[in-house]
Formats: sequence, structure tokens, C-alpha cells
Amino acid sequence: MPTLVFLESHDGELTKGALGVLGKAVSLGGDVAGVVLGSGVRDAAAAAGAFGASTVYVVDDDALAAPLPQPRVDALAAVVEESAADTVLFAASVLAADVAAGLAARLEAGLNWDLTDVRLEGGELVGVRPALGDTVLVEVGWASTPRIALIRSGTFDAVESGGTAEMKDVAVSFEDFSTRARLVEHLTEKASGPSIEDADVIVAGGRGLGSPEGFSYCEELAESLGGAVAATRAVVDAGWYPYSAQVGQTGKTVSPKLYIALGISGAIQHKVGMQGSGTIVAVNKDPNAPIFDFADLGVVGDLTQIAPKLTELLRARR
Amino acid sequence: MKIAVCVKQVPDATSHKRLDPATHRLDRTGEGVLNPTDVNAVEEALRLKDAHGGEVVVVSFGPEKAMESLRKALAMGADRALLVSDDAAAGSDLLATSRALAAALEREEADLVLFGQQSSDADGAVLWAAISDRLRRPMVSQVAELTVDGGELTGKRQTEFGYDVIAAPLPAVVAVSDAINEPRYPSLKGIMGAKSKPQETVSLGDLGVEASAVGEAGSGTIVRSSAPPPPKSGQVRIEDDGSAAEKIVEYLAEKRLV
Ligand SMILES: Cc1cc2nc3c(=O)[nH]c(=O)nc-3n(C[C@H](O)[C@H](O)[C@H](O)COP(=O)(O)OP(=O)(O)OC[C@H]3O[C@@H](n4cnc5c(N)ncnc54)[C@H](O)[C@@H]3O)c2cc1C
Ligand SMILES: Nc1ncnc2c1ncn2[C@@H]1O[C@H](COP(=O)(O)O)[C@@H](O)[C@H]1O
Repeated sequence: MPTLVFLESHDGELTKGALGVLGKAVSLGGDVAGVVLGSGVRDAAAAAGAFGASTVYVVDDDALAAPLPQPRVDALAAVVEESAADTVLFAASVLAADVAAGLAARLEAGLNWDLTDVRLEGGELVGVRPALGDTVLVEVGWASTPRIALIRSGTFDAVESGGTAEMKDVAVSFEDFSTRARLVEHLTEKASGPSIEDADVIVAGGRGLGSPEGFSYCEELAESLGGAVAATRAVVDAGWYPYSAQVGQTGKTVSPKLYIALGISGAIQHKVGMQGSGTIVAVNKDPNAPIFDFADLGVVGDLTQIAPKLTELLRARR
Repeated sequence: MKIAVCVKQVPDATSHKRLDPATHRLDRTGEGVLNPTDVNAVEEALRLKDAHGGEVVVVSFGPEKAMESLRKALAMGADRALLVSDDAAAGSDLLATSRALAAALEREEADLVLFGQQSSDADGAVLWAAISDRLRRPMVSQVAELTVDGGELTGKRQTEFGYDVIAAPLPAVVAVSDAINEPRYPSLKGIMGAKSKPQETVSLGDLGVEASAVGEAGSGTIVRSSAPPPPKSGQVRIEDDGSAAEKIVEYLAEKRLV
């Protein structure tokens, strides 16, 4: 009974995160198959062989053209049945999370999320999950099969091993409710300003800045350090700062020498994009903010007081 | 338009969250609050009601004391609270929770079911997907902008690849992002008025859900063990007494970062 790995694709390419999970599944041994769902995705699917999949199940259907979860639940449920899979692994993403949870309900199968490792213990699959803001490590299992798991984004790197996969097409009939939502428009934003991925110093701002104008605290501090400015999803979604500057699960992954976080709570989805930074300095007025659990220097205080002074002191040093 | 908002009581952020070492379940004995991102969902429901008329009911699955937190939603302006509470429910995972809530939502028959971004204790950000599959309704998650017009909703949401605008006909399920609005504070009048608004607690039996469908018996996942992670060494913490900026510079200089 194979392990299935959901291979998300975008613009004809499998995502790195999904290929990373595929590599991990292959390293556990046994029969590992990929699943590629979309419209015109055969070429993308073929690429999975080079990353260790022996088989790739493909559902190529117009109903799967838009990146929406519900028709993918129908398709995946059909693939699970066809393959008699006992495990289905997902690399977390906005789309994958909704597909995984929909599939869990559809198959009455247990879902463990936010796993940072999976391993076999006496033939049993065990997942490792940092819980409660990463303050406790929980080992989790499944009561029955299929076992469904979402792996925290950015956990495993893709490894190309060479090889080819056998492609198997699966036909699916879609539920009426699954195809009722439709994509109206996909918006992309031209990147503006310097790329944050190459910066040695990043000053990032969150909702604690209070308003879009609050980003001047970040900009001035960044300027005094020769760094770039980044943002959380909360402020990007609110239109305070451009998407191209967002750090986190659905934004960029950065690893500067110095990351200064102003008014950022430190949600896991933000942390996954910046935890590789050399030194993390956080200024937050809430002593219980989760960011203090992983900041190297945690400063409890008001950023509107601290940031301007800090900027001034750093300017004076130059 | 009838709107149901799924909300959860979570441990207060100021209390230390811990797992009970014997059961590996979250210790829920401390103060509870309305899950922060669910407040955004309540706010969005109230705005839609202001624009389109109708009713806002908050729905929750949890211990009896969770009603205290539902009252905050009533104080903000929600019309009614429905709490599904049962001794058999402790230890419920996604499968079990989605069964209980789906049964309550079937009964309510709302045009729109709203969810918050994520519960601060479980951090799954997934419940809506399980529930919409059970309810057999279209679903849009992570919505940062929502409009409802003539029986159809439109949501804008961020993914790893930019923004998508997605439309779906009602009845539907929507999960909002924490950036969708700035929630109102309950007024004194709202807080006083909340006490007399309908607050119903129902058992699983009342909803026709078997006790074996929830709790550990109805869950698809198991917690095997829990332990503190290896401590992160060398963390420094300071409280600003007016000299924080100087101390940050000293720290950075010591690390040769400036
Ligand atoms: C699927 C999914 C994907 C996501 N992807 C991302 C992502 O890519 N990137 C991301 O960042 N988030 C992401 N999120 C959202 C994430 O969970 C949080 O909601 C978000 O990071 C919170 O942003 P924030 O820290 O700016 O806001 P908040 O959580 O509101 O924190 C603001 C902080 O500012 C502090 N503060 C307020 N005033 C002051 C002051 N004057 N001085 C000092 N401190 C102050 C407060 O104490 C608070 O801690 C995602 C969520 C989901 C569900
Ligand atoms: N026990 C519950 N009762 C009602 N709603 C809930 C419950 N748990 C979670 N929710 C809703 O589902 C959303 C996502 O929760 P989660 O998937 O646990 O992160 C929350 O923001 C709430 O809107």
C-alpha cells in the first residue's frame, strides 16, 4: 500500500515544498507515489520521477484548472481508492491545507498538521509536531488508515535522485458542490524596491506599527543599517506594504545576518520565513508575544519610543 | 441573510499554555477568551448584517464555560449564541470537532458560515475545509476582502503565488484572515444587552450525534507523548526603562553586527 504525496503545481511546475516532502517519503522506504492534479499538468507530473516517485497518479481535468481545493478533494479521494494508499502527505500551503482537511472529512481519516518530522517506529508512522507556539514537542500518530499529514512549510529540501515515474491516469467525477466556487482573477504584483532575499539586514514591521505611516520607523532604521524592509501578512493583506516584501509561509523565506522585528507577534507562519536569520531582535510591547520565544534579543517596550532612538544612535555611529 | 460564525474559546494569551502531562490535552482550566482571529469573523458578520440585514448567530463546540466567551460576541452585536457542549467531547480532533459543528450548522441552515483565521491553541487553520465538505458547500479560505452581492460572494485572498479573487454562490463557507477588518469594541450598552440575548447550550444527543463520534473515540489522530523542546541558549531579554535603544546598540556591537 503506497504512500501518496500531493504534488502541488503552479504554472506547470511542481512546488519545491512538495518535492521536499516527496524526498522525505522516499527516504522512509516503501512504495511512494506522487499525485498531480490540474489541467495540462502531464509534463509537470513527469518531472516527479527524478525526485524519487515510482508512480505518479495524474488527474488532468479542466475542473482542476484553478487552484481551488474542493475539486481536488474529489480527485484525491478517487486516487486514494484506486491506489489503496495508506498514507497521504502534503507540504503545507494555502491550497494543500484545505485539500488535506477536506480529504480527512471525506474519508473519515485522521489529519495531523504542522509536522516538522515523520519517521517509522517499529513500522508505525510517527509525526513530530511542535505545538502551542513551538513551546512543546508532541509526538503524534493515527488511529486508522489512511493517515493524512501536513508538513510545515520549508521543512524538507527537494533532492533530485534521477529516475522516471510510471504515469497512471485516474478519471474522476466531480461533486456538484465542489465546482461551485470559481476563480475570477489572479493578481500578481510587480516587485518594488530592493529584493529582501539578498539583504544582510532586514527590519520587518507588523501590525504593531499602528498604521501604514508607521512603516517609516522600519524604513529609517533600515536605512541607518543599510538594510531592507519586510512585513507580515497581516499588514500586507491590509494594504500597508507590498506583497513582495512579505516574509513567511506565503511570502519570502529570508536568512539575513540580522533580522529586527518591530511590532510583530511571531506567528508560526511568519517564523517559518525568518527563523534561519543569524540574529533576531524583537521589539514588542506584549511580554507574552510568541516572538520572544525565539528572538535572540527580546525587547519588551513600545516601538514608537525605541525605534527612533535606535535609528539616531546608529546614524551617529556611522 | 442569516450568518453563522464559528468561534472558539481559547486560553488567555497571558496565561501559560500547557499540556496536561497525563492526557497530553491542553489544560483549559485557566481564563478563557474568544479566539482573537474569530473576533474578526464576528466583526465581518456584523458588517454584512448592517449592509444586508438578517441575523448573526455564533456557534461553538466546547466546555460549558465557553459561553462566557460567546457573550463577548453578543456584546459586539451578534444576535444569538449556540454552544454544543458534552462530557464526551474532550479530546476531540479535527474529525470529531467537524462532525459536531457540522451537525449544529445543519440545524442552523445559515446562508453564510464564517470562520476565523486559526485557533490560537490548535493553530490548524483547517477546520472550515472539513466542515464545508461535510456540509457539501463551496468554501473560500484566507479571505482578506469579502463582498456579498445578489446571492454570490466574492473573496480576495493571498496564496504563495499572489492574490486570487474567488467567487461562490450562497450558501457557502468562508474563513477570513486577521487583516480583513478592525473589530469594534463592545459598547457598555452592548455588554449590558448581551446578558438578555438568547444563549442556548445543546448536547450532542440534541443534535443526533453519537457520543462515539466525538472525543478520543471519534478522533482519527493520537497523541503519543509530549516533551519540552531543547532550550534555545543565549537568549537575552530586556524591559525598556528608557535605555533599550542603547542596549540594543551594545548588543549588536558585541555581535559585530554594527
Ligand atoms: C495559511 C496561512 C499563511 C500565512 N502566511 C503568513 C506569512 O507568510 N507571513 C506572515 O507574517 N503571516 C502569515 N500568516 C498570518 C500569521 O498567522 C499572523 O496572523 C500574522 O503574522 C500576524 O501579523 P502581525 O505580527 O503583524 O500582527 P499581530 O499578530 O496582530 O501582532 C502585532 C504585534 O504588535 C505588538 N504591538 C502593538 N503595538 C506595539 C507598539 N507600539 N510597540 C511594540 N509592539 C507593539 C502587539 O503586542 C502584537 O504582538 C499566515 C496565516 C495563515 C493561516
Ligand atoms: N471548537 C470550535 N468551535 C467553534 N469554532 C471553532 C472551534 N475550533 C475552531 N473553530 C473555528 O475554526 C477556525 C479555525 O480553527 P483551527 O482549524 O482549529 O485553527 C477558528 O478560527 C474558528 O473560527
